[in-house]
Amino acid sequence: MEQAASNKATPMNASADHNDALFRYLLRLGDTSHILCHRLGEWCGHGPIMEEDIALTNVALDLIGQARLFYQYAAEVEGKGRTEDDLAFLRPERDFNNLLLVEQPNGDYAKTMARQFLFDAWNLLLFRALEQSTDARIAEIAAKAVKEITYHRRHSSGWVIRMGDGTEESRTRIVAAFEQLMGFTAEFFHMDDVDRQMAEAGIGPDLETLRAPWMADVEAVLAEATLDWPSATWSVLGGRHEGRHTEHLGYLLAEMQSMQRQYPGLNW
Amino acid sequence: MTTRKEWPLWEVFIRSRDGLHHKHAGSLHAPDAELAIQNARDLYTRRSEGVSIWVVPSAQITASEPADKDSLFDPAASKVYRHPTFYTIPEEVTNI
Amino acid sequence: MAGVEKPELVTAADEAALEVAFQARVDAETRIEPRDWMPEKYRKFMVRQISQHAHSEYVGMLPEGNWITRAPTLRRKAALLAKIQDEAGHAAYLYSAAETLGTSRDQMLEDLHSGKAKYSSIFNYPTLTWADIGTIGWLVDGAAIVNQVALCRTSYGPYARAMVRICKEESFHQRQGFEIITTLAHGAPEQKAMAQDALNRWWWPALMMFGPHDADSPNSEIAFKWKVKRQSNDDLRQRFVDMTVPQADYLGLTVPDPDLKWNGETGQYDFGAIDWEEFWRVVKGDGLCNRDRLDARRSAHEDGAWVREAALAHAAKKRATKSAA
Repeated sequence: MEQAASNKATPMNASADHNDALFRYLLRLGDTSHILCHRLGEWCGHGPIMEEDIALTNVALDLIGQARLFYQYAAEVEGKGRTEDDLAFLRPERDFNNLLLVEQPNGDYAKTMARQFLFDAWNLLLFRALEQSTDARIAEIAAKAVKEITYHRRHSSGWVIRMGDGTEESRTRIVAAFEQLMGFTAEFFHMDDVDRQMAEAGIGPDLETLRAPWMADVEAVLAEATLDWPSATWSVLGGRHEGRHTEHLGYLLAEMQSMQRQYPGLNW
Repeated sequence: MTTRKEWPLWEVFIRSRDGLHHKHAGSLHAPDAELAIQNARDLYTRRSEGVSIWVVPSAQITASEPADKDSLFDPAASKVYRHPTFYTIPEEVTNI
Repeated sequence: MAGVEKPELVTAADEAALEVAFQARVDAETRIEPRDWMPEKYRKFMVRQISQHAHSEYVGMLPEGNWITRAPTLRRKAALLAKIQDEAGHAAYLYSAAETLGTSRDQMLEDLHSGKAKYSSIFNYPTLTWADIGTIGWLVDGAAIVNQVALCRTSYGPYARAMVRICKEESFHQRQGFEIITTLAHGAPEQKAMAQDALNRWWWPALMMFGPHDADSPNSEIAFKWKVKRQSNDDLRQRFVDMTVPQADYLGLTVPDPDLKWNGETGQYDFGAIDWEEFWRVVKGDGLCNRDRLDARRSAHEDGAWVREAALAHAAKKRATKSAA
């Protein structure tokens, strides 16, 4: 895989440098959508009620659609003849740049919904910003995705409220879920050179600007759910920028990539 | 055996495109109206079948009795004068 | 629509007259609707048949769901997710149709979980390779479509309407399966071998999906009388064989039946004897996956109980606040 964008960009390789950063930026978007799709796919057939099974799969389908558009664009930007599937199924764990949050195992339905809501609230803000991207292709993908993510957020926030203000058991479970997950959200707002380069080019937002509206949204939903902000103070970084993941991703990829690894170079 | 606590049943009506009536699409289970709308969207409009959804708790629907079918609906059959074909118009008269 | 009235007290003579009128409506091809009078036996028969069909869709999600996380390409993964989601949708339509007869979905699920209710035995077979996903679409959905098209004109209105919707949606299922299997059959030798192996394992179970010979099918007679069913199991099975064998030929795959051959006189394929002993063995519980399937359904239901309760509790609180305001 590509090395981090060189800091010693000269005018001569500035365009190559930009392309490399864009490629890496697109992979982050594609990986995050795809890994979360994969986790939701694990629920398919096992949801708490048929209607929810269907709802979750709809979210998964939206996410895989978004992932494919980003991978396809990434493959073009890279220009080395790789396909969306090469990017999804043939990169090793350390080259994956999804958010740590989305690789976390499903756990119970409270954990799945807490993960989904924390992500949806952020993702909606991100994609609204991407709608304004100077990169027409990204803006186009985002315009389509914003409608989908608006619905995802509506669905997941509804469940956070139902669980928080539901029964004793659901409340205990959703509180525990937020405690387990909140520390992964630090990554939402953390910028590296690639993010800065994209922000400077007007391609993506300054992630720090998403923090206040995200906190306001999450706080409002927690309040309606009669829940307090989680007390956990820990926070971790690593997946989105450096491919430093929790141990869960390796197993996910081992399963996800098994066919392409077992039968290299075949069409399916 | 645990006591059953089933989500109530809702009837779903879909307007397939603007300009048409809502039409009964089927039913589903949901704990509240908000989720009933969402579930209806996911269950009955997966293939772009709708632009508007109504949901009604099934228990709220009052239906006519099948046993009353004759007394309710048969009398209309003899009111042939309600239909334009009942009236004779000379053939040479047009646009009527 | 739900809401089944308690039958009023009727004398035996009334009942006999009602039954004659009911049969006359069936014979005249008038659909029976939920609140119409119907013989209790018809009601029970329909609940049994529709719920069994619903259970099959619901349990049928599991063998294919087994490959969502291993689908080899993004395109295949999206299609598989959409297909399995449809199956949940189809289960939901069918449970709805059965509920109009006055049996709750929870009751039907309880019967599934206790083993009292049956589902199509085909889903007790395992999906071992990616070729099984193609073969299920091609053969299992293919067989299901043959059965289901016949059910679109079934006498019970809500069931017939559900089947019309399901048939429309299912056509993509079989095509996605056939596309997968075509890619394999025309692919590398190990892919072709994978496709052949899958055909070998699924062919006979697919033929069994049409049920026993009509002579051995205790419900056939009454099902015909009530126009729940309009074609015999054997006729439908024959139609499926006649449709499918040329497709296997196109793929260059061999149907695992040494007795299979074209009969110029009947204009149909003759095929070998079905191993009904295996059929009954798997129906009765001795398939590779019977226990796993039921365990999966039971645990999803049990693990989801607190979720469903929470939503009800929240809705009740909301109503209370609303009426207090």
